[in-house]
Amino acid sequence: MIKNNDRKMNDRKMDEKKFRQNGRRELLKLAPVLALGAFAIPSLQEGLLKKGLGFSDWASARLFRSGHLAPTFDNAELTPFAKFPINGYDVDDPEVIFESWTLSVSGAVSRPGNYTLAQVQALPRIRQNTRHICVEGWDVIGRFGGARLSDFLKLVGADPTARFITVNCADDYYESLDIATAIHPQTLLCYEMYEQPLTRKHGAPLRLQIPTKIGYKQAKYLTDLKVSHVLDRVGYWEDQGYSWFYGL
Amino acid sequence: MSDSVIEIIQAKGKGADGEEEAPVVVARAVYEHPFVVRLCHWVNAVALFVMVGSGLQIFRAFPSFGAKIPQKDLLHWPRAFAIGGWLGGALQWHLTFMWIYIATGVFYLGYELFSGNYRQVLFTHRDVPGVWPMVKHYFFFGPKPPVRGAYNPLQKQAYTTVIGLGVLSVLTGLVVWKPVQFSWLAWMMGGFHYARIWHFAVMWAILFFVLGHLVMVILHGWNNFVSMLTGWKKDPGY
Repeated sequence: MIKNNDRKMNDRKMDEKKFRQNGRRELLKLAPVLALGAFAIPSLQEGLLKKGLGFSDWASARLFRSGHLAPTFDNAELTPFAKFPINGYDVDDPEVIFESWTLSVSGAVSRPGNYTLAQVQALPRIRQNTRHICVEGWDVIGRFGGARLSDFLKLVGADPTARFITVNCADDYYESLDIATAIHPQTLLCYEMYEQPLTRKHGAPLRLQIPTKIGYKQAKYLTDLKVSHVLDRVGYWEDQGYSWFYGL
Repeated sequence: MSDSVIEIIQAKGKGADGEEEAPVVVARAVYEHPFVVRLCHWVNAVALFVMVGSGLQIFRAFPSFGAKIPQKDLLHWPRAFAIGGWLGGALQWHLTFMWIYIATGVFYLGYELFSGNYRQVLFTHRDVPGVWPMVKHYFFFGPKPPVRGAYNPLQKQAYTTVIGLGVLSVLTGLVVWKPVQFSWLAWMMGGFHYARIWHFAVMWAILFFVLGHLVMVILHGWNNFVSMLTGWKKDPGY
């Protein structure tokens, strides 16, 4: 029945000693299982888990399809605005002064400088009902409005060969995105929720809204945006040990 | 199965009259578990342990399946029985060992399929009549049905089910990890929110199997346990 056995079955009698030897040999063949014990060694553990997480991020980037849209929902399926959670890593309201606020754009762009909210709002406005998923496990469906990040990148003359977008925030939070996600049609520079101007606690005046990414990638209270070829700053939670790509 | 049975002999020395005595058969042994099955079993056992432990730590970050506002916790799993220490650490374990978990599953299934060994474990309609007598034997002190192979019908049913649960654990996990890229799978499960519930439920179903499995291993003794290490079971009941 099993090919493996036929070889052994030629001789259907086996000496007791030989049987024990054979058993030991078979047991030794399982030694590779012990390699998993490396994860229990403190000095190796961190590096191995970092490699594992890195592999998952690599696979995530391969699985990401730039033309594949996140599901959208009817207005009836929306989570009520009052029940849309507010998560910040430090403060809920970094007290941005709206009158003097601009988005500082730098890096691999032909038109760097400070962009006003009006300039962002002059771009075509997209409104979408999408699911927001937190790494903690909860999820809500919200209605978001804003400009496509891809439109904004065209406005500032971003180098099409650039690979990363890095943002800084008024609360000193920082994040970065792969360019494929940045130019995804549902990735927004979001300035409204539920058709109302973004509230301070939800990231006013401007935040990222990315239905293809986990919540912590969607930075609030943006102040700086950099287009780059190399990643010099990854992200606040990534630096604590979370996944960088975390695409949904 | 009969062709994988051997007789273990004890060679005797020469008798007083100088004649060689016939060797004495001291035991019988049967080759039950091919190497690939044993390797996958143990690697998967470690991977499952880590997946469950880290999964429960991930669950601790939001121990609920309802809304975030207001949050109603389902259960508070103790940190001591979880792996990773915190959410980020647990995710590192989970996203690392899921590859090992998937790899052993794929390798095992491929081997079973191509070697034909699946016939040993796959529960089919022919096994249905044998289930109830085994249940009576195990749970209601019924007579022991005759043993014909490595696995009895109830075992086949349990193993086939848990392999299906293993596949489901991966599919539900993929949706929790990538609800957008696997949006059609997510849709089949009722969306991300429900996929997370399924993933949790499948884990408990697997743990229920593991509990029964461990009880059975203890009840069936040393020779049975050794067979998952060396492949050979001494003194099989058939």
